Amino acid sequence: MPEWILYLLDFLPDWDWLHVLLIALIKVVAIFIPLVVAVAYLPYAERKIIGYMQIRIGPNRVGPRGWLQPIADALKLILKEIIVPTKSNKYLFILAPILAMGPAIAVWSVIPFTDTLVLADINAGLLFVLAVSSIGVYGIIIAGWASNSKYAFLSAMRASAQIVSYELAMGFALVTVLMAAGSLNLREIVLAQSGGLTNWYLWPLFPMFMVYFISGVAETNRAPFDVAEGESEIVAGFHVEYSGMTFAVFFLAEYANMILIATLTSLMFLGGWMSPFGAASDIIILGDGIHWLLLKTSFLLFFFLWFRATFPRYRYDQIMRLGWKVFLPLTIFWIVFMGVMMFLTPWGYLFH
Amino acid sequence: MIKKAIYTIKSLFLIELMKGLSVTGKHLFKRKITVQYPEEKTPMSFRFRGLHALRRYPNGEERCIACKLCEAVCPALAIKIDSEVREDGSRRTKRYDIDLTKCIFCGFCEEACPVDAIVETRVFEYFGEKAGDLYYTKDMLLAVGDRMEASIASDRKQDAVYR
Repeated sequence: MPEWILYLLDFLPDWDWLHVLLIALIKVVAIFIPLVVAVAYLPYAERKIIGYMQIRIGPNRVGPRGWLQPIADALKLILKEIIVPTKSNKYLFILAPILAMGPAIAVWSVIPFTDTLVLADINAGLLFVLAVSSIGVYGIIIAGWASNSKYAFLSAMRASAQIVSYELAMGFALVTVLMAAGSLNLREIVLAQSGGLTNWYLWPLFPMFMVYFISGVAETNRAPFDVAEGESEIVAGFHVEYSGMTFAVFFLAEYANMILIATLTSLMFLGGWMSPFGAASDIIILGDGIHWLLLKTSFLLFFFLWFRATFPRYRYDQIMRLGWKVFLPLTIFWIVFMGVMMFLTPWGYLFH
Repeated sequence: MIKKAIYTIKSLFLIELMKGLSVTGKHLFKRKITVQYPEEKTPMSFRFRGLHALRRYPNGEERCIACKLCEAVCPALAIKIDSEVREDGSRRTKRYDIDLTKCIFCGFCEEACPVDAIVETRVFEYFGEKAGDLYYTKDMLLAVGDRMEASIASDRKQDAVYR
């Protein structure tokens, strides 16, 4: 926390709890505002990149080179009416988008941006991430249920089965990270990868990196795992009946989740804020710092968009097969393999 | 057996997926083919069939002689013609209406016309704001003809070579 902010708070009465509360609030806002901006501009980046891959140029009308497109989109969605279907469960119908968005933002409280820049440096950070991000699926299920629409309901069914399946592979892939780092604290997991490119968990845990990232794509219901949205089969899935701001919140939740998965992947496997050249660099920009985390996250986000531009949608049974019969055995095998290597053979150092 | 092993290895190492990614990755850097419509336009043929027009002779006399061939040939029944005998004794249209919401822009009316009176121009950027706005009457068609005569004449000239 910079000194000048503490000076600004000097005029307040000398109650400790008030200061703690205000400083926490400032930190929350400092995380939340950039996140919302990133979430707003990710769809724009997606439209541009996918456009370029289809030899089009994407949105370029609103503002210079289309830079104001997200603002125009947001404005449109804010001004539109929120239509609540007559036979829907109105309370749950409004609750669902909030439930989808809440966890996607809450997880950011434990994400370490640098060694010191973290809102809540808790020891069970990884568990917190797994627990809270799993709640997001309730938003989708409740949306499908409350809409009282067949398509929305089908989509909710698909989404819940898919997310439960891939959560397992994801969790097990993270178990290997925690075995290697020996900690559940996200900050310590990153610190265990210090010392340059070769020390990242990407190399010893490469198969788990792939499993985690692909499961992450499936978790966020992104193409090619977007059967829950499946516009050609079930219209728009769980958010068919949503309009205006309620739809926008679902939309934002999806993109916030994407950013979250990319950030987590770069924390777990790509050394978070660690520089690939090692910390002992004379040039500041090449040293450790938040810019490396942002760079790695954007790189992984680009892959999300690239996948969407490339792959056709998976068939539903293939998604289930991939989750249960490929990823799950692979991760369990890798955990056993790693355990044996670490504790029964002299090559355990490979995984530290 | 071996085939299956190769398939398993291929899918385990995501070989085919990498190939797919490389295709889209290469396209990312390709020259974009988007035409920025209001500023840029694609080339247009002189046979383009857009908005209809009624032409006049250079002396200002309207060409249409109310033979009603276009009305007869129109597959969409979009043309409605009433004729009369003018004071000077010549046969002319009293009413020449084209309902553009019915018209399919096949160009048969233009082909059928013995005096090249009804033609289709290059104009395609027109609109109607309410029902009936696209019901073009004789005056409107003549106005289009007066406005577009230069382009109409040059298009007919270019096409004449192939007829």
